[in-house]
Amino acid sequence: MRYLPKSPTERQEMLESIGAASAEELFSSIPERYRLTEPLKLPGPLSEAEIIQYFKERAAENSSGYASFLGAGVYNHLRSVITDVVIQRGEFLTSYTPYQAEITQGTLQAIFEFQTLMCQLTGQEVANASMYDGSTATTEAVLMAERLTGRRRVLVARSLHPEYRDVLRTYGRNCGSLLEELPYAKDGTLDVAALTRSLRGDVAAVVVQSPNFFGVIEETAELARLVKNSGALLVVAITEGVSLGLVKPPAEADIVAMEGQSFGLAPSYGGPFVGVIASRDKFVRQLPGRLAGETTDTEGRRGFVLTLATREQHIRREKATSNICTNQALCALAATVHLTLLGKEGLREMAQQNLSKAAFALGELEKIPAVRRAFAGPFFNEFTVELPRSVKLVNAQLLEEKIIGPFVLGTAYPELTKHALVCVTETTTRAQIEKLAVALRRILERPL
Amino acid sequence: MTTKINKATRHTSQNEGLIFEKSSPGKRAFELPPLDVPIVDANALLGAHHRHDGVEHFPEVSEIEVLRHFTRLSTWNYAIDLGMYPLGSCTMKYNPRVNEFVARLEGLATEHPYQPQELSQGCLKVLRLLERCLLEITGMDAITLQPAAGAQGELTGLLLIRAYLEKQGNARKKVLIPDSAHGTNPATAVIAGYEVENIKSESHGQIDVDKLRDLVTENVAALMITNPSTLGIFEQRIPEIAEILHAKGALLYMDGANMNALTGITRPGDFGVDVMHLNLHKTFSTPHGGGGPGTGPVAMKKFLEPFRPVPVLVEKEGGRLALDSNRADSIGRVKAFVGNFGLLVRALAYILAYGPGVRQATEDAVINANYIRKNLEGVFDLPYELPSMHEVVFSDAIQKKNGVNTMDIAKRLIDYGFHPYTTAFPLIVPGALMIEPTESESKEECDLFIEAMRAIAQEAAENPALVKSAPHTTRVRRLDEVGAARKPILRWKPTDKPEGRLHHAHKTPHPEPTPTV
Repeated sequence: MRYLPKSPTERQEMLESIGAASAEELFSSIPERYRLTEPLKLPGPLSEAEIIQYFKERAAENSSGYASFLGAGVYNHLRSVITDVVIQRGEFLTSYTPYQAEITQGTLQAIFEFQTLMCQLTGQEVANASMYDGSTATTEAVLMAERLTGRRRVLVARSLHPEYRDVLRTYGRNCGSLLEELPYAKDGTLDVAALTRSLRGDVAAVVVQSPNFFGVIEETAELARLVKNSGALLVVAITEGVSLGLVKPPAEADIVAMEGQSFGLAPSYGGPFVGVIASRDKFVRQLPGRLAGETTDTEGRRGFVLTLATREQHIRREKATSNICTNQALCALAATVHLTLLGKEGLREMAQQNLSKAAFALGELEKIPAVRRAFAGPFFNEFTVELPRSVKLVNAQLLEEKIIGPFVLGTAYPELTKHALVCVTETTTRAQIEKLAVALRRILERPL
Repeated sequence: MTTKINKATRHTSQNEGLIFEKSSPGKRAFELPPLDVPIVDANALLGAHHRHDGVEHFPEVSEIEVLRHFTRLSTWNYAIDLGMYPLGSCTMKYNPRVNEFVARLEGLATEHPYQPQELSQGCLKVLRLLERCLLEITGMDAITLQPAAGAQGELTGLLLIRAYLEKQGNARKKVLIPDSAHGTNPATAVIAGYEVENIKSESHGQIDVDKLRDLVTENVAALMITNPSTLGIFEQRIPEIAEILHAKGALLYMDGANMNALTGITRPGDFGVDVMHLNLHKTFSTPHGGGGPGTGPVAMKKFLEPFRPVPVLVEKEGGRLALDSNRADSIGRVKAFVGNFGLLVRALAYILAYGPGVRQATEDAVINANYIRKNLEGVFDLPYELPSMHEVVFSDAIQKKNGVNTMDIAKRLIDYGFHPYTTAFPLIVPGALMIEPTESESKEECDLFIEAMRAIAQEAAENPALVKSAPHTTRVRRLDEVGAARKPILRWKPTDKPEGRLHHAHKTPHPEPTPTV
């Protein structure tokens, strides 16, 4: 087998050195009746060429050739080949967690740069080495807020990504969080009156997403003022990081939880992505996950180490801030390379293109008499439109035109079955937008 | 010092500051295609109070500078691609490159998790086949591929147990965890809402079955066991352990971190395990990437199946595959979307490459560990003498007499061209040297390792100061971890001077070779 670097003779020599007659003998500590006597029933072995062939066949059974208007937490953005060149370097790809700092300075410095970029983007003072994804980062932000306030009630905007809310519920149910949902207002932003009513002295955290799941940008500065008065913490989730190229970051928030997929990571049918958690310096001891810090070596040279590990499970065991063990190091590296390539101007320009194309798309769709913008609040690259009929049915017809239609809000919001969440990024062409508008008009003109 | 080192030779590496220190306004490394729609006034659309003019102090550099920056950083890392990485319990095996290739294919990497399922049959078939392979390997009945990492797999497993027991009427209070377990186990149990009770190992490093019998009551939800244990030893009484638990209605959770010792040889589902997670980044070769991403599928017995996280992969009429989120008894979602699909692709590619021949990989991993054990026994103290499987745990008891501890030996190993073994773990072995070579090492590489370890043992006896001040050949020497934690510097600030803010008085410039080898 090509991955195994031993000849039969070498194997024999090694067994002789060990003093074993056969490899089987090395497994004698396993009770005999539990040892397999037959080979496993697995497909293969396949050569490299056959493996490629198998996956190419699977790839051909997916959505190639379709234009897509899906976002809803996973976005299609331009990615430079440089990012992939860097993260495929074996020294990054096949290295372990940098516990041995002297021979992992590359990974450690890259993490330090990632932490810095995330602080700059989110307007926060400290960011960790990354979390699994946006959904678990949001959940960890809530648990962190509970530890910091000693409170258990958590108010969660209904306009937070439905799957993030699901994950919060899964963790919260067992950690003792008391989750309550806050409605959205007519313009798609958080219902401030409802928030004010619910905001009492026992609230640990208020969780909002911005731009929210309907694409609407929240007034996070104003929300922060309201929340602060009650002694609760404001957690702002961000699923579309590119928005931060133009939209002011939620610097007033106490904790920011972000999905970093937009920064150079492929949609990849849902993962792996990279979660970001950022907060204020004073809360760092309650931050979960790994942190890289600057220090010096015995000769005074700058170097980096994993630090503040006394928060973590491998030291504190059951008293740790979280059970998280890994970060998403390679994804965080991809994000670091990608954002470094984009730089200040590139990110701003990419954001500007997203906004322009989304505005153009909304304009085109609004020209169709039966299509209506659903929420008046400002948006970035996603917006919600209301159709005169079920989006699900419309999408089925769009598929015939080789278009993957917008996200069906009705799947997560029973009251919004006629509402579609349209996403347009810099990768969506004008021609695709116009094709969607033409197809949608034609479909809606047809009787049901 | 005149030790001859056969594996490594020093070479020059490039110096490189932080990317922020190279930034200069106006430089660019990325250009977008021209905008094909009218440009809009962001102020008008977003509202002036929402808008800013770009992220302050974001880097502004050119493409060649970006590539060089990260290439230079990469050369400061050790990696499997450079040589043996014998970190115990981490299973640092070869990461086949075809796996990277197929995970990036157009039609797989490009797919959106919300695209219609009729346009995702290729992705779903990959998931289905991987599920089947992992069930065959573990001998279990059902599986979820969603958890993002081993620790999240543990949590998922405990939540399954909790949901099942709740349905029986009592979720129970406690989870039992052996003192040899990895730190994630107790941390996970707490997040799952359980109290942790530790069980001490008996004198051979195995679970103390008599003690276990006393501890298992109607209040115990589960025992979390790692098998082979973190000592690299198979829990020989595991069927009995399962019986004790089951007799009281408690379940057996197995941490599958060490599945590399069992694959193709024996199956947890056959010896009484109710639920377990797998670390695809260990046994199934997805790259560690400097600390993630991982993936932690959870396999289980039939009676736990209704509680699996959503979405669940189901087969409809005509063999069409679908994701079903409508499951009344599900524990819910543990992360957004179906799972770390890109890594699941890599793991499947790994399994397909071996097929049933995966047993040979397991045998080779165990041969390597035992070969190293045999050749280092006596040179290093072996605290537990039961047969080793995929890893061997020594202690620094012999070298301690000269004031040299496991960390010193590990750091000296770096000078010999190897990544250190695991030092701080398992906790039940003071001064542990936990060595896991994996199947990816040739006899030659194992011999070089043995030679290095013997040479270091000799140095520890004859010149302990040399070992205690190692490494001598790295870009940086031992780093001030205490200082780093006392006054944390966790990001770059525009006011920072190049090359850091600390201890400028006695700063030594790069490169500063200390000729000791």
